[in-house]
Amino acid sequence: MIKPTAIVGQIILYGAFAAFIGYFATSPTYHQIADDTALIKLSINHLGDRECRKRTPEELEKLPRNMRAPMECPRERSDITLEFDIDGQPALHTVMHPTGIAKDGIATVYKRFEVKAGEHLLSVKMNDNIAKPGFKFVKKEKVTLKPAQVLVIDFNPDKGGLFFQ
Amino acid sequence: MAFFFLWIVTSSGLYLYTVLDTSIAGVYESIDWLTNQQWYLGGVLRSLHRYASDAFILTTLLHLVREWAFGRYYGFRLYSWVTGVPLLWLMFFSGIGGYWIVWDRLAQFSAVASTELLDWLPIFSTPAARNFLTPDAISDRFFTVLVFIHLGVPLLLILGLWAHVHRISRIDHFPARRLALGTLVALLVLALARPAVSDAPADLSIVATGLRLDWFILFIHPLADFTSPGFIWTLLLGGTILLFILPLLPHPAPKPVAVVDAPNCNGCSRCLVDCPYAAVTMEPHPDKPGHKIAIVDADLCASCGICAGSCPSSTPFRSQEALVTGIDMPQLPVSVLRRSLEEKISRLEGTTRIVVFGCDCGANVKSVESTDTAVMSLICAGMLPPSFVEYALRGGADGVMVVGCREGGCEYRLGDRWTAERLTRQREPRLRHNVPVGRLCLAHGSSHDSATLAKELRQFRIRLETQAAERPLPYHRRSASS
Repeated sequence: MIKPTAIVGQIILYGAFAAFIGYFATSPTYHQIADDTALIKLSINHLGDRECRKRTPEELEKLPRNMRAPMECPRERSDITLEFDIDGQPALHTVMHPTGIAKDGIATVYKRFEVKAGEHLLSVKMNDNIAKPGFKFVKKEKVTLKPAQVLVIDFNPDKGGLFFQ
Repeated sequence: MAFFFLWIVTSSGLYLYTVLDTSIAGVYESIDWLTNQQWYLGGVLRSLHRYASDAFILTTLLHLVREWAFGRYYGFRLYSWVTGVPLLWLMFFSGIGGYWIVWDRLAQFSAVASTELLDWLPIFSTPAARNFLTPDAISDRFFTVLVFIHLGVPLLLILGLWAHVHRISRIDHFPARRLALGTLVALLVLALARPAVSDAPADLSIVATGLRLDWFILFIHPLADFTSPGFIWTLLLGGTILLFILPLLPHPAPKPVAVVDAPNCNGCSRCLVDCPYAAVTMEPHPDKPGHKIAIVDADLCASCGICAGSCPSSTPFRSQEALVTGIDMPQLPVSVLRRSLEEKISRLEGTTRIVVFGCDCGANVKSVESTDTAVMSLICAGMLPPSFVEYALRGGADGVMVVGCREGGCEYRLGDRWTAERLTRQREPRLRHNVPVGRLCLAHGSSHDSATLAKELRQFRIRLETQAAERPLPYHRRSASS
């Protein structure tokens, strides 16, 4: 026969165990960013440019028939320079390097920026061929961000280059 | 207990899997339907699945800390320790993946945070976090893959658990019935009082915040936010490496393992049955055709002596001057045990003379040694052949007290249990029926229980003095000197 005190004690202990599990399974609430903050994700995947050269007829003649590609392109891709400014202040100025041992892979960047919700002037400039001066792709736009909104800055040549989403 | 929680997680998970719709639109709705429309079954099972997962992680981590604190990670336990370390990764991997399936804001947060953490490692050419960049980045295939991962990884975990425990015998897959029932009821009450519910559906165009985080499983994300991915990976990989090399650090030299004496081994297999670490196997006897002999695997032997306690040849009533048993411990052979017992009993004084058999890992029995109390500390209480109790009583002791580790805390897992079963005549070798149980006392305690042990001994002595239990026939072994 189990003593009543033992039953009460067991109820307390089982209850404490369940309460411990139940509390930390959902609490305390976690806020990753402040309530008045929005998030900008700058995420770009792009193959750097490369300098191709047109082969002369003489050069093509020397090649086997099945290898007579009119353009000669190096395998290595160019670094990509990227500048991202928020409200005129530099947020990220970086050089993206091509991946792969032969440096023939895509260059990538993924960064998060927490900003106060509201109006911001965003400027993104990208040059995918460092052999050429200046920036080939530029996007400058004033955006209004709501609290907790995620604004993605991406690049897609089919969508006209840099774009905000 | 961790096994028990895993069985709850597995069985509840099987039901949840059957109703899960693995499309982007359907996955959230199917779980939401389960939670709200079918709350009495699906909702309760979902809550059980979550809370039992948390309890599984909690008990597993407690198990890890306990084994480490007791120094149970080197020597013959190295294999179990090393195979247990990868299970921690599988456990958290399963848990985090399980949260993704719901595809609510919490899942979104965890998926983004996990992939951002992974991207710190130079393993992906394209950042994995790009898979969760925008709402249209997710496809149905993602959930199908996720479900397979959430089934496959737990299966790997169960396979790993099998490897983790397969070198020990009589594994506790299930806790005591009362404990299991109490725990299940507690979880059921929790599931009804605080059912697991989804957050709002995932929306990658906003930051998931104000989250009711499961801190048992998802604590790593806030930790990464407060520190850095580099810190987290250093912590995880450094911690894992540390756990792996822990058994390789300098430790006390291993104790001598059990030794089989072929002429005295009759192949009864009791040592095989009782060995807690499956270190004994039976093979054909080299000298006795048709008989078997015990073989000890030195790598598995814990040097606990439980096999010596189970051997029918370990009886002190045998007349040889040099008692040799079938399987014995070189550091404390039964012949030494018998001689020491005889000497100590002969020196006892007083009206109520008691012999206390203790264990080196449990209560400090030396603390109760006195002129009327002889103390014999064994490697493990399970090393005590029951015939030694009879031998002590017939040799002049008025009572025998056997002290094991605290209940459930036996250093060698089963020593306490086997001792109790042998002395209560439920297990071979049994205490003979001519031994009056009134003159025997079973006690338990850890090294911190000296005061309790002294009190129990006092009570036992009073009981012996006030209750006239019958006395077995005296027995004095003939020796060369007598």
